[in-house]
Amino acid sequence: MSEDDLILAELNDSELTEQMMDDLYDGLKDEIEEAVRILLERNWTPYDILTKSLVAGMQIVGDDFRDGILFVPEVLRAAQAMKGGMAILKPLLIETGAPKMGKMVIGTVKGDIHDIGKNLVAMMMEGAGFEIIDLGINTEADEYIDTAEREGADIIGMSALLTTTMPYMKTVIEKLKERDIRDKYIVLCGGAPLNEEFGKAIGADAYCDDAAIAVETAKKLVAARQENA
Amino acid sequence: MHDQSRRVTAKKTLIIACGALAHEILAILRINHLSHMALECLPAELHNTPQKIPQAVKEKIIEGKSHYDTILVAYGDCGTGGKLKEICDQLDVDMINAPHCYAFFEGTSNFEQRDEMRAFYLTDFLAKHFSNFVIKPLGLDRYPDLKDVYFSEYRKLIFLAQTNDAHIDQLAQNAAEYLGLEYERMYTGYGELPQFIQQG
Ligand code: B12
Repeated sequence: MSEDDLILAELNDSELTEQMMDDLYDGLKDEIEEAVRILLERNWTPYDILTKSLVAGMQIVGDDFRDGILFVPEVLRAAQAMKGGMAILKPLLIETGAPKMGKMVIGTVKGDIHDIGKNLVAMMMEGAGFEIIDLGINTEADEYIDTAEREGADIIGMSALLTTTMPYMKTVIEKLKERDIRDKYIVLCGGAPLNEEFGKAIGADAYCDDAAIAVETAKKLVAARQENA
Repeated sequence: MHDQSRRVTAKKTLIIACGALAHEILAILRINHLSHMALECLPAELHNTPQKIPQAVKEKIIEGKSHYDTILVAYGDCGTGGKLKEICDQLDVDMINAPHCYAFFEGTSNFEQRDEMRAFYLTDFLAKHFSNFVIKPLGLDRYPDLKDVYFSEYRKLIFLAQTNDAHIDQLAQNAAEYLGLEYERMYTGYGELPQFIQQG
């Protein structure tokens, strides 16, 4: 059977989730949206659809990007397809009370407008049950901090793709210290030119290589805090 | 060939450069009669995977050390997050002290002071190879609708011109039009590049 005459509604659940992973990989937004609606009609919980098809599929995309098999445009298309599916699920997730992991304020730092990686992290964190407040690009220290304070966030996430903008992350952390609230927040940083050493040097809680590691790290650090509280 | 030129063909200095600078460096060598310098380039495509640049440069340096007295690395940081500088320091060779070529063509301090975040830059190289180095790697040939996703926050395209060439200007202007950005041309010449090269 050719791809064209594949009728999603005729697939059983496991074939359909399999197909969704392929469609996500190929960046087919319309097909993803259709499949999400089909699973909802079959009484899947929004949370299961999110985790078992969209998040699982995007994890494969992330791994293949890391391994140099997929490139930026393909990742971006997959992310857009996932976003389409999430838009349908989001209101339902709120209604059905999916697990809440914590709250994260995220943004690309001042002077930088690269936002593809940041958006991907925001989406995967959201998929893992974190509430996300996305400050977009060109984010000033006070914007991160005031928002985190106002919203009662657990995590501040900063992204930078330029060598010239990565040092600004340190400025944000210094500002937190000045305001005597550094320990109130888990600070995560990421972006291709950064590395673990840099994360340590600026005093972040962790540097994360990709979105999957960001989710894992955030979960671990939030849990550790709850234990210590 | 004159005798005189034969005497100077034993090259003493190796310049290891990004392929995006090949044309400009050869012009600088020619204009300044720097015939004792050899040029070896790595593919400009490495820019899209900057994490691979340090190792690739390192291999070239090690190979070059046995043949040349001096080695210069004509690269900026280029998104390696300081890793390229570390390698050059370890192997005791000089590299360009700038974040990227846009900065050292204009002059790094001017570039940084101007601080135009919403500008997308082209050089002569990128204007001439816009399709292969911008459109294709960003997938705009296959998915034209991604243009907005990449460039919606940009306001203008600044063409940093290394030469005065009406044909290249036109290509840069076409690129601005294609991206839907305002066009500005700034003549930079070769910027800080000749000074860097002449130290060798
Ligand atoms: C796509 C891209 C662009 C797009 C950006 C579109 C957009 N809306 O974001 C466009 C074409 C517009 C662009 C513009 C420019 N770019 Co650019 N760009 C890239 C490129 C090729 C890929 C970046 C990317 O999106 N990767 C895909 C995502 C998924 O990966 P990621 O960002 O690394 O994110 C992952 C992780 O890092 C991590 N992560 C990221 N953020 C965060 C945050 C947190 C909290 C956590 C936990 C994790 C995390 O998780 C993410 C998902 O797995 C890189 C090269 C590269 N391969 O890195 C150059 C690069 C970053 N750009 C570069 C440059 C120079 C520029 C320009 C100046 C070029 C110009 N001609 O004008 C402009 C300036 C932009 C500005 N003023 O900010 C240089 C930077 C050099 C340097 N010294 O810093 C690079 C390295 C290319 C190069 N080698 O020259 N660029």
